[in-house]
Amino acid sequence: MISGVLVIFFVLAALAVFGAVSLILQSHPIHSALSLILVMVSLAGLYLLMGAEFIAAVQIIVYGGAVMVLFVFVIMLLNAGVEERTNFSKLATFGGIPLALALGGIIAAAIARSSGHLPPPAASGAMSSTRELSMLLFSTFVYPFELTSFLILVAILGAIVLAQREN
Amino acid sequence: MVPTNYYLILSAILFGLGVVAFVFKRNIITIFMAIELMLNAVNLAFVAFSQALGKADGEVFVLFVIVVAAAEAAVGLGIIILTARNRRSLNVERVDLLKL
Amino acid sequence: MPILENLWIIPLLPLLGSAINGLFGAKWSKAIVNSVALGSTGVSFLCAVEAVREFLSGGSQPFRKEFFDWIVAGSFRAGFDLQLDQLTVVMVLVVTGVGFLIHIYSTGYMAHEGGYYRFFSYLNLFMFFMLILVLAANYVLLFVGWEGVGLCSYLLIGFYFLRKSAADAGKKAFIVNRIGDFGFMLGMFLLFRSFGSLDFQTVFAKAATWQPEAMGQFGTMTVACILLFVGATGKSAQLPLYVWLPDAMEGPTPVSALIHAATMVTAGVYMVARSHVLFTHAPTAMYIVAIVGCATAFFAATIGLVQSDIKKVLAYSTVSQLGYMFLACGVGAFGAGIFHLMTHAFFKALLFLSAGSVIHAMGGEQDMWNMGGLSKKIKVTFVCMLFGTIAIAGFPPFAAFFSKDSILFAAYNSENGGKVLYGVGLLAAVFTSFYMFRLIWLTFYGEKRYDEHKVHVHESPGTMTGPLMILAFLSLTGGWFALPALFGGKDYFAEFLSPVFGAGEAGGGEAAQSLEHILSVVAVVAATAGLLVAWRMYSKKVKRGTSEGVHKLLYNKYYVDELYAAAIVRPLMWLSTNVFWKVVDAGMIDGAVNGVADGATAVGDTLRHTQSGNTRSYAVWVVVGAIVVLGIVFWPILHPALFGGVR
Repeated sequence: MISGVLVIFFVLAALAVFGAVSLILQSHPIHSALSLILVMVSLAGLYLLMGAEFIAAVQIIVYGGAVMVLFVFVIMLLNAGVEERTNFSKLATFGGIPLALALGGIIAAAIARSSGHLPPPAASGAMSSTRELSMLLFSTFVYPFELTSFLILVAILGAIVLAQREN
Repeated sequence: MVPTNYYLILSAILFGLGVVAFVFKRNIITIFMAIELMLNAVNLAFVAFSQALGKADGEVFVLFVIVVAAAEAAVGLGIIILTARNRRSLNVERVDLLKL
Repeated sequence: MPILENLWIIPLLPLLGSAINGLFGAKWSKAIVNSVALGSTGVSFLCAVEAVREFLSGGSQPFRKEFFDWIVAGSFRAGFDLQLDQLTVVMVLVVTGVGFLIHIYSTGYMAHEGGYYRFFSYLNLFMFFMLILVLAANYVLLFVGWEGVGLCSYLLIGFYFLRKSAADAGKKAFIVNRIGDFGFMLGMFLLFRSFGSLDFQTVFAKAATWQPEAMGQFGTMTVACILLFVGATGKSAQLPLYVWLPDAMEGPTPVSALIHAATMVTAGVYMVARSHVLFTHAPTAMYIVAIVGCATAFFAATIGLVQSDIKKVLAYSTVSQLGYMFLACGVGAFGAGIFHLMTHAFFKALLFLSAGSVIHAMGGEQDMWNMGGLSKKIKVTFVCMLFGTIAIAGFPPFAAFFSKDSILFAAYNSENGGKVLYGVGLLAAVFTSFYMFRLIWLTFYGEKRYDEHKVHVHESPGTMTGPLMILAFLSLTGGWFALPALFGGKDYFAEFLSPVFGAGEAGGGEAAQSLEHILSVVAVVAATAGLLVAWRMYSKKVKRGTSEGVHKLLYNKYYVDELYAAAIVRPLMWLSTNVFWKVVDAGMIDGAVNGVADGATAVGDTLRHTQSGNTRSYAVWVVVGAIVVLGIVFWPILHPALFGGVR
């Protein structure tokens, strides 16, 4: 008996995979960007399904609302057109698919072999409240937290420096 | 309940597709987007494990990944803009100044 | 200061002289160089005399002293040990005495030559090594001296190194010596393995307890003795390693006199005599020694019959006389061999020095066919050379009569074909007499075959004629130790050496006495025969004939050098060039080293392709790296299941 949760999972998963495939197959970067937005939104849905509401929210706000917007702006700014079909790298052409398959294979095998060892999923929602998250963030992970703020500062500075005009 | 395995398999598929896009696409912005896709796949795996183990550590890590990805996107796109202006092309194969 | 306790002084003085002359002599005048060289040798001679006096006054007990440890390895010890017994007495006096006389002679002979100080430095160095050789109390130190005299021989033969023939002769001497030395070393190894030591005392004491081996049996003792004898054939120029000695005449005449007549070449005889305990336990080895010695004596004498260079005649006669000494040792008459060594030192040095005097008088001419009629012009040299010739021919009462006589007598009495050995030795004596008198007649009699305007014949200075006269005196009287034996009395020389060799030599019985008398007479008759034939052929007007048949064969020394060159030298050169040089050195060794460089270049060429400048290929490499890292991380999970394990 297939539960409703499973159905929703498969729908969202299918959307994500569709979006990813579309990212590869589209020729104009703006279409690829839109496909990526689709992926991100479906992933947010999946997070919600798993009970990680805060993460889902952050995903949509930061990734979808900031990062992807940035991408779209840059595409507009650079007037990106349809991709040029050049092919200078023989290595990439012939090695790409086998490598991807190898990568996928390793991960798949690892997942398959270890499937017996995973604990069953706990009841949704109980552990993953925002309160829990922030407790961890400001106690165990306070150093990485401060470092990430520093990282953001560096990124801002970097962006400003890079965007300067040459005088 | 959805078994954790399914999430991991989905994450692996997305990651693999991200790698394919990373290798095969020629537009530099698209390659960057592939990187973002890979990061998202990894985020999914983290959240899946976090839920499976019942701890919130995985989600904290996801937070950090998102922050870093954002910072990286900002700086990376800035560089892309400069490079594109310099080389007058968005084709990554045209940036071959290191060729022997 | 008792010299005997400090025997090391005797070799050390010439070494000091050599070092001083070698380092500083280039800037000094001839007088200073002379005084250093002659002084060191002369004082060494006096020290030797004093040491002998102390030895004799101390009851002639064999003296042995260890000065310091040189090699200590486990139970093996080879030290700087010197000894003095009766045999050493004879050798050390001959070496220092004759050496000193030749040094004096050289001051006159080499007066006009370049490299004066170098000559005396080398000569003193030679004295040092030779004295180490005769004073050594173990085989290892003896071998040091052995090698050292070989080195000095090379340096002195090639003294006129700007002349290719001289440099080649030096090389030849050293290389042929080395072949002999290889045998010597193998013999030493065998001795060490059998006796655990190389000290004379230890080895001879242990060897004396061994059962003597049978004739025809090649046991350890025999093989060791044969190997030692191989070394002796190299150093003392016997068959088949004699080829270097005639070429060694390229060196200055005093060198030929000292090294290739009186001292170095006798080192082999000394070594065999010193090892007599070993040889007497190995009759096969002794027989081989006797045969080789006898054959060499005859062989060299035949070549000497027709040579035209005055020094070559003397060189072959040296080889021949050394053959006699080995014949003596081979039949057990070690004392007779040493006796002949001593008398030979006297008359051969005399002959060489006189020949040098003749060459000096003739302004460098060495071919006898371009001489003649010199007896009136250089009287002193003539008389001295005549003394030497009469001595070598074996006429009484000159020295060699006694020594050669005792050798032939011992050969006659030996078993296993002694009569044949005697016969061949006697024939060689006839030849010796013949060619030596031929030399006299060609050089000093007949009409002069040179141009008087080109060559100004003059007598040599006193520094040269003085030693000649002393040596002439010794050639006459040197054998008189054994004179009383002729009249039924004692042979003082043999008696002196009997503590070393055992008392088998002093005469035995009436029958032996009269046999010895008969054989002496036969020897004199043989010598006279040689003299008469030479007189007949060469004393009148003579002309150099064409060389055909047997004469050609003998004149070209039986083509032995050519044979060696074809059979040994050329194949070795071919091997060296085509195998060792082209294949091993250039191919394998250079190839390996170059191959490493080529390999590095090849690897670099391959890896170069990763740096293509193309970003997409870089992306591929990133993915490859990721796969590797993931593989490593997931390996514990993956590998048990890789080969169809549990799911």
